[in-house]
Amino acid sequence: MQKIGVFVCWCGSNIAGTVDVGRVVEAVRQEPGVAFAADYQYMCSDSGQNLIKSAVKEHGLTGIVVCSCSPRMHEATFKKTAAAAGLNPYMVEIANIREHCSWIHKNMEEATEKAIVLARAAIAKVLKDAPLTSGTTEVTKRALVIGGGIAGIQTALDIAEAGFAVDIVEKQPTIGGRMAQLDKTFPTLDCSACILTPKMVDAGANENIELFTYSEVESVKGFVGNFTVTIRKKARSVRADLCTGCGECTEKCPSRKTKNEFNMGMDTRGAIYIPYAQAVPKIAVIDREHCLHFKTGKCGLCERTCSAKAIDFAQEDELVTRNYGAIVMATGFQMIDPSGFGEFGYGKSKDVLTSLEFERLMNAAGPTGGHLVCPSDGRHPKHIVFIQCVGSRDTSGCGKPYCSKICCMYTAKHAILVRDKYPDVSVTVFYIDVRTPGKNFDEFYRRAVEEYGVQYVKGMVGKVTREGGRLKVQGSDLLNDRQLHLEADMVVLAAAIEPDPTARSVASMLTASIDTNGFMTEAHPKLRPVESPTAGVFLSGVCQGPKDIPETVAQASACAAKVIGLLCKQKLVNNACVASSDPLLCNGCSSCEKVCPYGAITYEERELNDKGVRRTARVAVVNEAVCQGCGACTVACPSGAMDLKGFTNQQIMAEVDAICR
Amino acid sequence: MPETTRETVLRISGTNTRKCMLCGKCSGSCPAYDAMDYRPHQFVAMVERGEIAPLLQSKSLYACMSCFACVERCPRGVQPASLIEALRAMVLREREHTRLPAQLIPELIDAGTPQQAVVSAFRKLSK
Repeated sequence: MQKIGVFVCWCGSNIAGTVDVGRVVEAVRQEPGVAFAADYQYMCSDSGQNLIKSAVKEHGLTGIVVCSCSPRMHEATFKKTAAAAGLNPYMVEIANIREHCSWIHKNMEEATEKAIVLARAAIAKVLKDAPLTSGTTEVTKRALVIGGGIAGIQTALDIAEAGFAVDIVEKQPTIGGRMAQLDKTFPTLDCSACILTPKMVDAGANENIELFTYSEVESVKGFVGNFTVTIRKKARSVRADLCTGCGECTEKCPSRKTKNEFNMGMDTRGAIYIPYAQAVPKIAVIDREHCLHFKTGKCGLCERTCSAKAIDFAQEDELVTRNYGAIVMATGFQMIDPSGFGEFGYGKSKDVLTSLEFERLMNAAGPTGGHLVCPSDGRHPKHIVFIQCVGSRDTSGCGKPYCSKICCMYTAKHAILVRDKYPDVSVTVFYIDVRTPGKNFDEFYRRAVEEYGVQYVKGMVGKVTREGGRLKVQGSDLLNDRQLHLEADMVVLAAAIEPDPTARSVASMLTASIDTNGFMTEAHPKLRPVESPTAGVFLSGVCQGPKDIPETVAQASACAAKVIGLLCKQKLVNNACVASSDPLLCNGCSSCEKVCPYGAITYEERELNDKGVRRTARVAVVNEAVCQGCGACTVACPSGAMDLKGFTNQQIMAEVDAICR
Repeated sequence: MPETTRETVLRISGTNTRKCMLCGKCSGSCPAYDAMDYRPHQFVAMVERGEIAPLLQSKSLYACMSCFACVERCPRGVQPASLIEALRAMVLREREHTRLPAQLIPELIDAGTPQQAVVSAFRKLSK
C-alpha cells in the first residue's frame, strides 16, 4: 500500500496569488493513496524541505508529489530532499502549478481547479512509480576540439594546462583561424599576429595537445564521457615527418594561378603552399585540384626541389579513430558574400571590398605589403567610404536578422588605421546605430571621431556606381536631412558574419542543436552558455553567436573549465529513466533500432521461456549507458514491448485518466 | 469623408511601419529625393505617428517615380513606396472621376515596365 505525501508550494504570491493553495490541499487529501498533504510559502527553502523530510519520516511516506514550479527549476532539489529522507529519488513527481498554471491564468477559481487536476495527475503517476537506480560509466580522459581558431586554441591550451590530453581538428592546413587574418585588434590596436602566433606555437608545442590540421571529423559515435570519433587526415602529399617548412617548393611551383585564401583571394599562391609564414605546423601542402602533376601527370618540380625528400604524391587520406570524453565545437565564422546586395556593386568594381579583404589590404603580410592602394589600378585613395550593417539586421531574406556585433568596432578600427597612416585620406562611415558596449570600446569610437576626424554619417547608402574610374556613393544623411552624393576611391562593406558552413554537418554528427541562423544552441542562454543541450558537447567562440576576440577567449576558457570539470570525474552517473524492452513481447522488427538517435539499441538472439514454452527469438536490447531516455523507441515499437522507465505507458495513461476523471 | 487614419494607410499598403529601424536606406536609394518635401523615411515615420493629413497634401506623392528602389532595398521589408501608393489611392478616392480613361492605357504601356510601376504611374498622373 503506497502512502503519498502532497506538498503544495505558494512560491510567495507567484502561485498563491492565483491558486487557492488551501483548497488544493483539501482536494488532494481526498485522493486515493494520499496520506499527508500540506502547503508552505517556499517549499524549496530549507524549512520547506525540512517539512518534506519530517513528513516522510513521521507518516512513513512511500512517494511524494510537490506542486510547485517547473521540474526544470527544482525537480533536482526535491529529489535530493527525498533521498535525504531515505526515499528513492525517482519516487518524486512534480506538478507544475506555476508555469503551467498560476503564471498563465488570471481567474483564481479556474486556476485552482486546474492546479487540483495537475496535482491529481501527478498523484496518479507517483502511485505507479517504481524505485530506479542509476548506473555509472567511465570517462575517457581526452577531449576533442573541432576548429583551430583562437577559440579552439584557447580551449585546448586551458584543457592541456589542467593535465588532460586534447586533440584539435582543423580543416585548414594551419591553425590560427580568422584571427590570423586580422591586422590590428580593437580597442588597443595591438598586432593580431603578435598576440596570436605565440599561442599557436604553444598549442603546437604542448605535449598534451595533438594537432590534426588539414583534417575533418568524419563520424561521431557514443555519448558523454565515451565518444568515438573518426578523423579524416586529408592527404597533404607532403610528409609531415620530413618537411622542414623551408618553402623552397612553394617558390618553384609553376602553377601560380590559385587564389590565395589567406589573402581573401586578392593575390595568388602556388599549388604547393604554406598558408603563411607563421603557420603551425609549418608544413607545405599540395592543393591537388590545381597541381600540374595531379592534373596532367607532368611537372613534379617540387619533388625535385625538395632536399628533405618530403614530397609524396602517392599519399592517401588517413582515417584515425579515437575515444574522447568531451567534444568542443569551435567552428567559427565566415563573412557573408555581399554580392547579393547589387546596390553596393561588390563584385562589379574591385574597389568595393569586404572588411576582411580590407583587413588583408592593410596588413604588412597582405597582398600589397600593407600599402593601401585601390585594388583596381593601384592608385593611392583620397576618400574611403565604409558602410556598416551590410546584411546584418536584415529581415528581407538577403541578409541575416541579427546584429553581427563586431562590425561597429572593427570599422572604427579601420577608420583610425587609415587616418593614422595616411592623414591625407578622408574617411566617411555610414551607420545605422553605433553599438560599442565593451571595455574602452565607446572611447575608441569617439577617438575615431574626435582625434582622427572620421566623418560618421547617420544613414545608409542606397547606391554605389562606377563613374570615370572612381566610385560614386549615394546615401542618406538623416540628421542633416539631405541626400549625399560622394566621390570615393574605395567602398568597404562591413558584411554580416555567419557560422562556418561546416558547423551544420558537424553539429548533426554530434546531435547538437543549432538555431535558425545556424549558430549552436546553448543548454541555457544565460546560465549554461558554453554547454550544448547534448551532454558532453561544449561550445567555444563564434559558433555559438557573434563575438569579438576578448569575448571569444573568455568563453573559450569558460568552455575549458566545463570540459575539465567533466574529465575530472571518475565516473558519470547515468540517467535512470532509460528504455527497456520486454523480450516476450518483442517481435524483432528493428523499428526501435532504426529510430534510436544514440545507437543504444542492438538486437540479439535469446532463449526465452514463454509461459513454459521454450523458444529462441531475436529481441531488442537497450544499452542503458548509451540510452538518453528520449522515448522515440517506445513510440516506434508496434508491439508494446519497449517502455521507458519513469515514464511508462501505464504511468502516462494513469495521468491522462486522472486528468479526464 | 473618407478615412484618413494610420490604420487606413497601413491596410491599403499592406506594410508594417513598426518594422522600420530608421536606417535611412530608402532615402539613400531614392532618385527623386531632392524633389520631395517629405522624404521616403519620413513617410514611414509620419504614417507610424498617424500624421496622415500633411502627407495627403504632399508634393512627394507626385515626385515619387514609383521605381520601388526603396521597397527593394529596405532591409526590414518596410515598403515606403507602397505607403506613397496607398496615399495616392486615398487622394483618388476622395476626388471621384479623375482616373485615366481605360482606352488610353494600352498605348501608354511599355512591355518592360513593372506592372506595379504602371499602376502607380497612372494614379500619380491622375491628379
